[in-house]
Amino acid sequence: MNTSDIAHKIRLHVVNMTSTGKSSHVGSALSITDIMAVLYGKVLNVTPETTNNPERDRFILSKGHAGAAVYAALAETGFISTHTLKQHYQDGSILSGHVSHKGVPGVELSTGSLGHGLSVAAGICYGAKLDNNPLKSYVLLSDGECDEGSNWEAILFAAHHKLDNLVAIVDYNKIQSLASVCDTLNLEPFADKWEAFGWQVSQVDGHDHDALLSALKTHTADMPHCIIAHTIKGKGVSFMENEVLWHYRSPQGKEFTAAIEELEGQTNA
Amino acid sequence: MRDTFIEVLTQAAVADTDIMLLTADLGFGVLDKFQEQLPKQFLNVGVAEQNMTGVAAGLTMIGKQVFTYSIANFPTLRCLEQLRNDVCYHDCNVKVVAIGGGFSYGALGMSHHATEDLAILRTLPITVFAPCSYFEVIEGTKALIHTPGPAYLRLDKAVAGDEGKAPFELGKARELRAGGDLTFICTGSITQEALTASEQLEKQGISCRVLSMHTIKPIDTDAIIRAASETGGIISVEEHTIYGGLGAAIAQVCLTHNCPPRFFHQIGLVDGFSSVVGSQPYLRNYYKMDAQALINAATVQMRQHN
Repeated sequence: MNTSDIAHKIRLHVVNMTSTGKSSHVGSALSITDIMAVLYGKVLNVTPETTNNPERDRFILSKGHAGAAVYAALAETGFISTHTLKQHYQDGSILSGHVSHKGVPGVELSTGSLGHGLSVAAGICYGAKLDNNPLKSYVLLSDGECDEGSNWEAILFAAHHKLDNLVAIVDYNKIQSLASVCDTLNLEPFADKWEAFGWQVSQVDGHDHDALLSALKTHTADMPHCIIAHTIKGKGVSFMENEVLWHYRSPQGKEFTAAIEELEGQTNA
Repeated sequence: MRDTFIEVLTQAAVADTDIMLLTADLGFGVLDKFQEQLPKQFLNVGVAEQNMTGVAAGLTMIGKQVFTYSIANFPTLRCLEQLRNDVCYHDCNVKVVAIGGGFSYGALGMSHHATEDLAILRTLPITVFAPCSYFEVIEGTKALIHTPGPAYLRLDKAVAGDEGKAPFELGKARELRAGGDLTFICTGSITQEALTASEQLEKQGISCRVLSMHTIKPIDTDAIIRAASETGGIISVEEHTIYGGLGAAIAQVCLTHNCPPRFFHQIGLVDGFSSVVGSQPYLRNYYKMDAQALINAATVQMRQHN
């Protein structure tokens, strides 16, 4: 399956899941859909059969609120059944709004509180180097999440210990919970900050699969790699794109129908 | 206690190269031997407890057993959410070690007083261990190394006199002194105050049992029930707030098991923080947690309830 197909299916799942569950964060999940498709379609060295292999690559969604996109990616690549996705956000389900590893093969870390994923991944990468384990860890953060000071502790640590097996991807859609990033707590000059902390930095269009793949395959010896992925919050559903409203609003009624019709139309295009 | 702990840990880490020691830039002169002997198993993460705890969780996810080390509230409260979400929810084999339990660092000031840690950590699914003596540090550290999952080890500067006659088992109270009129149930080195008080009370005709409740969680329910039923009165002793710690755990056990003691009294920090400067013995005296305060409390309780 090519990554465009995976991305398309993830988008449809995400809109369906957040509508059925009346849950938030559809915009955040649509923002990372292309990144998820490229990671699971072409990059991560892990399969449904190797989820316990010590040398598998690790993917950690640090912006846990976009969990729907991870569950959908896992379903489209065979880790869980697509039928399971119907249980998202339902009573008695294992698929919580913020991503949880309990009972979900392929999820490495439960998150939801921001600023946790990078440190855990750094620990995995540090230990992997000690053991000559060839794994790589990929952590996906949100831009607003970079307000959390704990990330910067981990950013210092990873560079100091030359963790070139660690890749941080920032979903830079420039909108956080209540308003734009630049109006809330400006991150710019963002790339300069990572570089000043000793990271190799790439900047890509976070919806361009070739550009993402190329960046994800980039490796600089002795340096952790940060990919600043310029994205559009709500990507794929025109009335959700770049709208802060869709951080929290759940697609219902006519809005749900319109979103699905627009996404389905994209298949036929 | 910290030197004893490091000695035991170093021995274990020589035999098991998956054991790692992480410090958040503390342990001057204490951790050198471990670092020199086992450089690949030692890591100073810098002054960054949140990252230390997350890194520790990550290391356990590829097979390491990790001890994180710092002072007082830094490896616990500062990074409580990393403990809760990363370590506990993922059942990581991380052992959090805090030196400076209670008023160990009394004169350094309020920031360095660990007086809420037991209560807060007890609410997490984690073993909570506060030894009173060198013997308990040695036996407890060995036991924790062989007990997978998260744990908290609280070390004091002071120690209680303990020849190790009572056997050690994680989760089981040790009877350091037999007695029939009341029981001091204690945790940490402040247990010594109860031992000293008991000797004096014996002269007054009050026979005291002293239990070292080194494991606050899981707590030894049977020992508490026996204390309530056999000796009648219980006085809890902890260098810690009286809210939510050892005393609260004892009260919970007594009521849920329908065995309220004839009297129950808590020795501890009554509320707030200490802004008084002083050594550990000075602050124990100031806050009425020393042997004399225990004697007074026991005498009053016995008079009121006999």
